[in-house]
Amino acid sequence: MNHVLLSIMRKEFRHIRRDPQTLAIILAWPVIMLFLFGYAITMEMRQIDTAIVDLDHSPQSRAFIERVTSTDFFNVTAVDIPYNEYEKVLMERKARCILVIPQDFARKLQKNPRTKIQLIIDASDPNAANYISKYFSQIAAQYNFAHNRIDFIPFTMESRLLFNPDLKSQYFFVPGLIAVILLLISALLTSIAIVREKELGTMEQILVSPVRHYQIIIGKAIPYTVIGFIDAIIILAVGHFWFKVPIEGGLLLLLGTMIIYIFTGLSFGLLVSTITTSQRVAMMAALVSTILPTIMLSGFIFPVDSMPVIFQYVSKIIPATHFLEIIRGIMLKGVGFGELKTQIGYLALIAFVLNAISIRKFKTNLEP
Amino acid sequence: MAESNTNPILINNLQKSYGAVRAVRGVSFEVQEGEIFGLIGPDGAGKTTIIRIVVSLLAADSGEVLFKGRSVGEHIQFVRTNVGYMPQRFSLYQDLTVRENLDFFGDLFKVPLDVQRQRREELYAFSKLGPFENRRAGQLSGGMKQKLALSCMLMHEPDVILLDEPTYGVDPVSRSEFWDILKKLAERGTTILVTTAYMDEAHLCDRVGLMFDGQLLALDTPSALLKQFDKPLFLVESSRPHETYTALKNADFKGEYNLFGNGVHISAGKDFSRNKLIKLLEENRIEYKSIRPVQPGLEDLFLELQRTAAS
Repeated sequence: MNHVLLSIMRKEFRHIRRDPQTLAIILAWPVIMLFLFGYAITMEMRQIDTAIVDLDHSPQSRAFIERVTSTDFFNVTAVDIPYNEYEKVLMERKARCILVIPQDFARKLQKNPRTKIQLIIDASDPNAANYISKYFSQIAAQYNFAHNRIDFIPFTMESRLLFNPDLKSQYFFVPGLIAVILLLISALLTSIAIVREKELGTMEQILVSPVRHYQIIIGKAIPYTVIGFIDAIIILAVGHFWFKVPIEGGLLLLLGTMIIYIFTGLSFGLLVSTITTSQRVAMMAALVSTILPTIMLSGFIFPVDSMPVIFQYVSKIIPATHFLEIIRGIMLKGVGFGELKTQIGYLALIAFVLNAISIRKFKTNLEP
Repeated sequence: MAESNTNPILINNLQKSYGAVRAVRGVSFEVQEGEIFGLIGPDGAGKTTIIRIVVSLLAADSGEVLFKGRSVGEHIQFVRTNVGYMPQRFSLYQDLTVRENLDFFGDLFKVPLDVQRQRREELYAFSKLGPFENRRAGQLSGGMKQKLALSCMLMHEPDVILLDEPTYGVDPVSRSEFWDILKKLAERGTTILVTTAYMDEAHLCDRVGLMFDGQLLALDTPSALLKQFDKPLFLVESSRPHETYTALKNADFKGEYNLFGNGVHISAGKDFSRNKLIKLLEENRIEYKSIRPVQPGLEDLFLELQRTAAS
């Protein structure tokens, strides 16, 4: 291997090693993020603040309320509030929904098994409102099933949930978070790598030497790939052993694709570093241009298939889009290399294009 | 012209602008083999621009720049492989040790490892940096940093070296040590182009170019340059030189007068004399302690040339 390249890599490793604070941040930060977001980002709702108004006070109404309060989905914060305070309770967010059992509930139930219970939901968060409504419907269905099985239902849907049978949203989010964090850290790592040498003036010195620009760029990318890979292993371990996300597919395939993905992120950081002139600008640019697209457009939260067509194309140039399919595929579904060829190809292509632009844009002189 | 083309550095009518600012306007000079050529002038005179053009970091707008007989613009890789360049700012890795910096620059220039080892020992002897081999560059004193920068640049044994204000901000002892090293290099045949803003370093050069505002005002050996200042020069000593200077300014005196640390240097053409000076001072009621003739220095010449160029 090229001796100059080796020497540049060795130098970069020394820079990294001699800055223990930065190294500590590089290694600890991803884990902290994974813990924070691994718990914070969840679609499941629990402990929903609920007000219950029982105007009936019958055994039936109590039985129904019993069903509601016995789950941990609901947290009863107000009971039997007067009608004119309903709105106030919702406005002040004392409760997100109000369950009102009418006073003739038991009577009507016995006479004519068709009656209604009122559920008032604060739908300012439509997603949450949907969940609340769904939870109550389930409880109502269970109640009906247990107490008056007279309704004839011609058929029922029997769902089988594959790959994540318990519908744990962490299974979905932890691999996604790994993808987001890895891209963020690898882009940040290298975003300052070249611009720092410009700022310190060392670039001026090493430019007046036989060194070629691709040697400077590759010599910086490789050491940071190693650091990024260590990060990847750490957060993968946390995801697997702490958040209990399975790794159904091949670990080696997963690690291999991680290296390609990290290299893609680093290439982006290097490009930012090549075209900026100060470390601060470089870091901001790297952060802004990775976080938003990665979170919003990659399928991390919102499925790519339900985006407008134009954004589906945009998502193709975001590395995380492809890696998300890879990591979710391998961890949850156990797919192999054959199914992931396209995604891996996309990642490699993006890395190649980014590096080609970096090498082209790299300035080998000091012209303003 | 064939003869002059063998000179390591040739610059002919060089022009360079940054937007509307004309940094270098028509500079020509040659640096001969084995000489120390000093470009001297204040900040903003265009010295750094010239150096950067010679080492191919900047492109000339017009004019000819030859490095070892080859056009710099067309032989960038040749220039960068063969030149030794020490930028104005300290440009080594502060978090690497002395040894690691030397090794890195040796590798960068593809110096074989056994040659590097031998070269390193020579440079340690030269610069007395040996005992600090494992110290990080950032923890060296200013003078040692500059010696390390010089050593790094010498790892590939360039026979033409360019140094941009290498002694800027360095203490006087280290400065003279640094110049001793440059002298030794020149004796071995190394060609040196060095810039400085310190006039007192001019006499350490074989030849000197005085620069101001993108132009070369004069070019010669330091002693020949001094002969250009061929009129009587007096030092008017006073307890408050600045007031004396201001008084002369207010008196609308037509000659040359420049403020120095110990008084004011005054001259006014070839027939200016001590008596005329006394008369001038008394007419304008300017206080002074003593008057004595002094040998003109390069600074006097520079200030005079600068005034002529500006007017």
